[in-house]
Amino acid sequence: MSLTAEEVKKIAHLARLGIDEQDVPHYAEDLSGMLELMAAMGAVDTGDVQPMAHPLDLQQRLRADAVTERNEREKFQAIAPQVEAGLYLVPKVIE
Amino acid sequence: MYNKTLAEQAEGLRNRQFSSRELTEAYLTRIKQHPELNAFITVTEDLALRQADAADARLAQGDAGVLTGIPIAHKDIFCTDGVKTSCGSKMLDNFIAPYNATVVANLQQAGSVMLGKLNMDEFAMGSSNETSYYGPVKNPWDLNAVPGGSSGGSAAAVAARLAAGVTGTDTGGSIRQPASFCGITGLKPTYGRVSRYGMIAYASSLDQGGPMTRTAEDAAILLQAMAGFDGRDSTSAERPVLDYRAALNQPLDGLKIGLPKEFFGEGLSSDVASVIEAAIDEYRKLGAEIVEVSMPNLKLAIPAYYVIAPAECSANLSRFDGVRFGYRCASPADLTDLYTRSRGEAFGREVKRRILMGTYALSAGYYDAYYIKAQKIRRLISEDFKKTLAGVDVLMGPVAPSVAFGIGEKLGNPIEMYLSDIYTIAVNLAGLPAMSIPAGLASGKPVGLQIIGDYFAEDRLLAVAHRYQQATNWHQLTPPGFQ
Repeated sequence: MSLTAEEVKKIAHLARLGIDEQDVPHYAEDLSGMLELMAAMGAVDTGDVQPMAHPLDLQQRLRADAVTERNEREKFQAIAPQVEAGLYLVPKVIE
Repeated sequence: MYNKTLAEQAEGLRNRQFSSRELTEAYLTRIKQHPELNAFITVTEDLALRQADAADARLAQGDAGVLTGIPIAHKDIFCTDGVKTSCGSKMLDNFIAPYNATVVANLQQAGSVMLGKLNMDEFAMGSSNETSYYGPVKNPWDLNAVPGGSSGGSAAAVAARLAAGVTGTDTGGSIRQPASFCGITGLKPTYGRVSRYGMIAYASSLDQGGPMTRTAEDAAILLQAMAGFDGRDSTSAERPVLDYRAALNQPLDGLKIGLPKEFFGEGLSSDVASVIEAAIDEYRKLGAEIVEVSMPNLKLAIPAYYVIAPAECSANLSRFDGVRFGYRCASPADLTDLYTRSRGEAFGREVKRRILMGTYALSAGYYDAYYIKAQKIRRLISEDFKKTLAGVDVLMGPVAPSVAFGIGEKLGNPIEMYLSDIYTIAVNLAGLPAMSIPAGLASGKPVGLQIIGDYFAEDRLLAVAHRYQQATNWHQLTPPGFQ
């Protein structure tokens, strides 16, 4: 299994991740190498095996639906790239 | 003072042999004397001295715990309120954390003094500390060699006596492998034992914080303060924390050690193998019974890990979008350009590689073939461990197939770098606790012995490690030039 430059660009777009045109062949090669490594898994029969998402197979804990955190908007927005009137600013989405 | 272990320093503080300010100043001076190691990203001198003075006041009042006044440092993956928390990335170079990680808060509560934040592979992705935005860390045993990764700054700092105890995190070996390469003691606790709150996430079902120190006794002291249930971490274990220091001298009569034969096969360098065999002989002399065991699915750990960890990474790192915090590109044309360029300009190559791999593995049409398949393999590996640990107390083997390799040696070949994690990765997939302790030198560089225990048996692990450190002095070796 190997990936083409076009596939790498498609994945990068899905991840909203800018990659330099000149690096695309390197990523294609690296990812293809990783997929080759993963091919070993295909040889194992895992038909009845339950997928394991978490090491301890824990139940998700529940808590009371009550406010537990303070509002620290100003503190959090102090480290934001651009804010105005308590809102995070991004380029205009709707004309 | 800086040559003392953390336990000895605690004793010295209590007996008024020296003050926390004196100890803290000694470390701050030493940190300044060794910029060549590049172990620290941020040194918090003013904060450290303030905390030291507060600790001295508590010591004078007789109101002090074992960690009161002890200088430590944190891997720069732990959020520290008001202090830059970079995670080794350009993405967070401007990030001043607005809150403390639970681990940081716990250690602060226990009275420790923070010297600063330690260098690491970018977002903890790497085995050599070469992916850091702040440049590689040097191994104190050989300045041309890597310290291991991703907790490379942590390991180098302890080995060079820039701190007696530090924090690290381990997703695929990131505490144990650098501990092995730098000749120190490192403990990756059971998944869920130490809170992940405020620890910047890489792969959430694998990440676990732990102590890195010179001795098992010191690791017990730090773990005691770090561990515990935390309602802010949805996967935190709701179990009482044991008294690790008291358990160090628990009897080990009839200790049964399993040696997974898969840890001793092709790929293990012969000089590392000799050191590990000698360490196991030492345990035999101490009365342990040694048996060979087999875990046939271990060979699948690397393929499964490099699906699961990148998949979780691609989801976790989607939060870095240039909107709420971290790096933002200049003059974005539109929202997509803002996301794409901010991420493209601020993430390094290894991080991008893993985001791409994870995005691919989770994308429509490949999810079952890669992600679900890897989770099924994860179950098989975990069951191998459960079956094996039912018959023995601990497992032992090497941490890494070689001693520390040269800076730049594997950087161009990511797959080769991944394969060097062969003995550590399976432990994270299963969620088990494991340690690396210094077991000797090969070609003048340290070799770590890996000890793997059952779930929440950190007390047992520490006792097994402590017994070895009572009988040998490998953990006392200091890198030449750092005495």
